[in-house]
Amino acid sequence: MNFHPLVIPFLAGTLFFLAAISIKYFNWIRKLDSNQLDALKKNIFTTKTLKAINEIFHESLLHRKIYKKNTLLGYMHMSLAFGWFLMIVVGKIESLFYYGSFYDRPWLGIFFKYFARTPHHYFMIIPFSFVMDLLLLVTLSGVTLAILKRFRSKYLGIKKTTNHILLDRIALTALWWIFPLRLLAESSTAEITGNGSFLTGTVGHLLALLHVDHMELPLWWAYSICIGVFFFALPFSRYMHIPTEVVLIFLRRWGAQAGEKYSGYTDIQLNACSRCGICIDTCQLNSAANINHVQSVYFIRDTRYNHLKEEVADNCLLCGKCVEACPVGLELTVIRQQVRQKQETTGKHYYEYSKSIENKSKVDIIYFAGCMSHLTPSIIVSMKKIFDRAGVKYWFMDEENGMCCGRPLRQQGFLQQSKDLVIKNTQLIHSSGAKMLVTSCPICYHSFKKEYSLDIPIVHHSEYIDMLLNENKLNLNRSEIEMVYHDPCELGRGCGIYEQPRHVLQNIGNLTTVESEKESSLCCGGSLANMAIDLDIQLKIRNNALEELTSSQPEVLVTACPLCKKTFGQNSATKVMDIAEVVAANLKE
Amino acid sequence: MKEWGYKISSPRAIDLDKADSTAYTKLIEKVPSAKKCILCGACSATCTVSNHTDFSFRLSHLLFRRGQFDKLAFEMDKCMLCGKCNLICPQGVNTRAMISTMRLILSDMKDRKITL
Repeated sequence: MNFHPLVIPFLAGTLFFLAAISIKYFNWIRKLDSNQLDALKKNIFTTKTLKAINEIFHESLLHRKIYKKNTLLGYMHMSLAFGWFLMIVVGKIESLFYYGSFYDRPWLGIFFKYFARTPHHYFMIIPFSFVMDLLLLVTLSGVTLAILKRFRSKYLGIKKTTNHILLDRIALTALWWIFPLRLLAESSTAEITGNGSFLTGTVGHLLALLHVDHMELPLWWAYSICIGVFFFALPFSRYMHIPTEVVLIFLRRWGAQAGEKYSGYTDIQLNACSRCGICIDTCQLNSAANINHVQSVYFIRDTRYNHLKEEVADNCLLCGKCVEACPVGLELTVIRQQVRQKQETTGKHYYEYSKSIENKSKVDIIYFAGCMSHLTPSIIVSMKKIFDRAGVKYWFMDEENGMCCGRPLRQQGFLQQSKDLVIKNTQLIHSSGAKMLVTSCPICYHSFKKEYSLDIPIVHHSEYIDMLLNENKLNLNRSEIEMVYHDPCELGRGCGIYEQPRHVLQNIGNLTTVESEKESSLCCGGSLANMAIDLDIQLKIRNNALEELTSSQPEVLVTACPLCKKTFGQNSATKVMDIAEVVAANLKE
Repeated sequence: MKEWGYKISSPRAIDLDKADSTAYTKLIEKVPSAKKCILCGACSATCTVSNHTDFSFRLSHLLFRRGQFDKLAFEMDKCMLCGKCNLICPQGVNTRAMISTMRLILSDMKDRKITL
């Protein structure tokens, strides 16, 4: 016997799933932009592919990244993914041993116990049954944790879990039922044929005691239907992340990069989101202001299903905390900027007035303070003092007639406008013949570094001061002053500058660490990226961040961003200073 | 008259009862803090663009409110969204959101992935 109508739901679901993901894969690859396609063609036959396979094993099956963040959550995902994967693989091998052919009917492995009713004909029965029971037990433990997570997420260290749509709930329920039903179905067969091991055998005895052992066929039907439902729902639900993450890891390893514009790669990232909801807890809009419908998980979901509301797309600080937390490694802030993009007007040039700005001086160093620094003039005064003390000849590029760097426009999706500013500023920078650009604003810094293609080193003033100290061009007074350093989002998570400002400050006083720092540092709330929230919500985020930063009661709260300084400075009992001010105030005479 | 340094402007009588306020209603729906504006002009005073041209956000806002959209789209395009006006505003008006929304209303952007 190797066919029974009960395999039909499983078979139909699987075939549908395969057809649906083939169409999806095809469409994604078709929509990749030229850079991404080039990366694919160039690297497909290199060792990068092997590295990708290694990563897929570690991330898609073992879930190493989640493990590192939350052991219990990691175990839950691993037992489900790896457990199920091994059940399929070992089931296939078992049926291979039993039937002696690899190309046997595909359902025989999945419904092995039902079809292989004469176990004594085959010598490997005991070890295989044992392994399969063990795997089922591991997977069931994962299911138990998953159910616990859904109803009492705090036991798994999660404050808020995702609010799922109906289709996700259907797929989720089907997935939960697959394994308990498999246990019951296998047990009822095991009681009849004696092919069970420690788990299915024991449960089979129990079923017999309860006189429900005649339920064999209905249980197998239910098991098959659950698999069928799960596979029918999968391509439209969160579980699409399973076949998508694999594609994403390959493309990422081959060097594909998310461009400025929405592409097939964006589609892949949207589908790779598992809606685990880890981003909800990290988001300060949730923790400080109780806004919990705009987080990356909802943004990605709504974009994928094409019902994104502007309010959701715009309501994000682009602080990057969720990017750090995302176990799939999605470029959430980049995608948000792609989606925010406004229509372009062909041939139109913005900022014609910028043509009148000219540069006549030739210098080694350009200083670009940035718009925000002009509202915190103490930073500019301090930087001038530092430049003078170090004996550097510099050109203050935006002292009188400066332009914006273009990043605020880009964050809001005005890409064409932003590019016009990039062109103008690039011309000015080139005309000065400078060998280095120093900027005081992390927003400008990020922009010059990642959105311009300048061929000179670009440094933030905290890096620059660190360089001057290393070259012994500055001498500082050291005291026992207690300081806390706040990592600005754009400088820290945005550009990875964590150590230089700390090194500078350690030359001045004692630096106290805070709970949320470096990669997990908080946003001050003043972010220019979020235009959807009003001042009152910004203030909630600020107060929340300020409370944590000043909990150790330092004498000075030091930051390296004019916007953070301005935001914190307005309502802080602790003195808030920019790193340039601290340095300028402690220069040795 | 020319030698005096004065010129004669054409009369600018506006009947506010007949002014088209649909665009403004849309604006304050999206950016409620716009209602808090007291037209003090701090935004225009700090504006980087006003340093280069005669652009004034205070004026643009007023014209938008009155439904006088002539050349307004052109004016709004001068803004670089740098955010200085936002920080300076004594009333906490979300000026950047106002500008962005005014731009979108004025140019009536279509073909976007997002629904307003």
